Amino acid sequence: MGRVFFFIAEGLRALRRAGAPSAAAIVTVAVTVLLLGVLVPVLQTTSGKTEEVRDQVGLRVFLHDDATQEETDELGAQLREIQHVTQVEYVSKDQALEILRDRLEAEDKEDLTAQLPGSRNPLPASFNVKPDDLDNINTVRAAITPPGESGEPAPISPIIEEVADSRDEADSIKSVTGAVKWFLIIIAGLLLTASLLLVGNTIRLSIYARRREVEVMRLVGATNWFIRWPFMVEGLVCGAIGGLIAIAVLFLGKEAVVDPLSDSVGLISSGDTIAFARLVILLLAVAMGVSAIGSGLTLRRFLRI
Amino acid sequence: MAREKTKTRRRGLRRAQRRPEHVTSERRTKPPIVELRRATKIYPGGTVALERVSLRVERGEFVFLVGPTGCGKSTLIKMLIRELEPTEGEILIAGRDIATLPAERIPYLRRRVGTVFQDFKLLPSRTVYDNVAYALQVIGASRAEIKRKVPDALRLVGLADKLSSYPDQLSGGEQQRLSVARAFVNHPPLLLADEPTGNLDPATSIGIMQLLYRINRTGTTVVVVTHDREMVDKMRRRVIALDRGQVVRDQAAGMYAAEESTTEFAARIREEMGVEGPTGLPPSGPKRPYSGPSELFED
Repeated sequence: MGRVFFFIAEGLRALRRAGAPSAAAIVTVAVTVLLLGVLVPVLQTTSGKTEEVRDQVGLRVFLHDDATQEETDELGAQLREIQHVTQVEYVSKDQALEILRDRLEAEDKEDLTAQLPGSRNPLPASFNVKPDDLDNINTVRAAITPPGESGEPAPISPIIEEVADSRDEADSIKSVTGAVKWFLIIIAGLLLTASLLLVGNTIRLSIYARRREVEVMRLVGATNWFIRWPFMVEGLVCGAIGGLIAIAVLFLGKEAVVDPLSDSVGLISSGDTIAFARLVILLLAVAMGVSAIGSGLTLRRFLRI
Repeated sequence: MAREKTKTRRRGLRRAQRRPEHVTSERRTKPPIVELRRATKIYPGGTVALERVSLRVERGEFVFLVGPTGCGKSTLIKMLIRELEPTEGEILIAGRDIATLPAERIPYLRRRVGTVFQDFKLLPSRTVYDNVAYALQVIGASRAEIKRKVPDALRLVGLADKLSSYPDQLSGGEQQRLSVARAFVNHPPLLLADEPTGNLDPATSIGIMQLLYRINRTGTTVVVVTHDREMVDKMRRRVIALDRGQVVRDQAAGMYAAEESTTEFAARIREEMGVEGPTGLPPSGPKRPYSGPSELFED
């Protein structure tokens, strides 16, 4: 226990004495964390939005009008059995008509359904089938209409009239969202690398200034960990201070800019954005962890005497 | 946790000592505290610092290492604490080839070999007191022990009134004395001093020599590197002379003066060198008598 207090006291002492390098490290950490703090929610929102778009694509299985209730129920069960299918929703003829009416109304168009002779409903009943991932849509489609012996598609049930999947739309959404996903991963990766290098470099500078001291400690018989712990405490404190500064700035930014805007801009208010408290904890942990481990690792090259 | 590690390592060291060659050794005499076997050091670039140097220093000896600048004295000292490793040959400390020490055990060797460095190697950001205390903190000494030993050591070298000064506020001689204090504060069984009187006036030099002599009389082996011929001649101790990396003279016990007390010793040297007055050191010894060295490796 005495040792722990000794290491903490040593770390704090070094921090007080080496004011300029410590300040540089703190500022670097603050700027990096600020960058992360802005980008993490932005990346999250973006990826949330793309997921949403991908989720909306599904297959529509149209049924013949003469399908009985039993046949329909049986097909519904069959569809649910198919691998990669997450959701199967039945839309009856009446519901389909209702949806069409709503849509026409929403677009301020004349209610054409009123002109239907004898209130005949021309719309077919259908199943909306959603795959777990957009990439699996073709597998699901193949499962519903496997190729028959003659090469023609042979649906699994005779009541299926047609399977529609607005293929072009699905393909373009697939490629766009895929590109966005990779773009986000690359940006996040670059940013993380850059912050690690930046923090690492600052720490190296501040340790380099004290390499003679480290050499002396080695020569009077200090073990590597005896020398390393105070440096790690120092890194931890630098990381904490830098992280807190960044979080304070983020909080001000959130209060002053983002929150007022979120009422008018739908993107910001979308539900998936990470909670602020969790973001704060994450950033603080990253800042302290990176600084402390960075200090410990950088010191290694000076401990070879 | 750290303490437990230390314990297991010490145990490891002890176990290493029990290896067959020691156990079966018929005479069961203790090995010399320092032994060089044809040690050669060639620096990158081809400079030969030491060439096939063989020598033994027995426990309790007081040895001078002399020779012109560049003869390899400092290289030899650096190799004894494995700051440098020999290109060829072996260096044994208490019978153990230190080249075989695993890297994580080197600190334990250095703790038991007090070293006064030519360039002092003080910690610039620590006070005089803290510089000496660091050598004790490193070995995990308790706070009470530090509080007791540090002032004693500093009183011995005459720095008792500079406890809270920083090294850059001290004169060259004071820094040197601080370096001496740090080297012997934990009573090492072997004390190496590289030019401990290099920057000192004759009076203070005698004071330091008197101190080293006093430490030696408690059982610590002392190896002093110097080119102060006059001092060496007056001390009448074993002298090993190096020139161009080779031992050219090893003048042993024949010239030893009869056992003399430290005060007699200082008085004689002062007289012979024609120095009068105080040495800059307190006339009396430490409040607590110097308790003598611990063992280098536990047997």
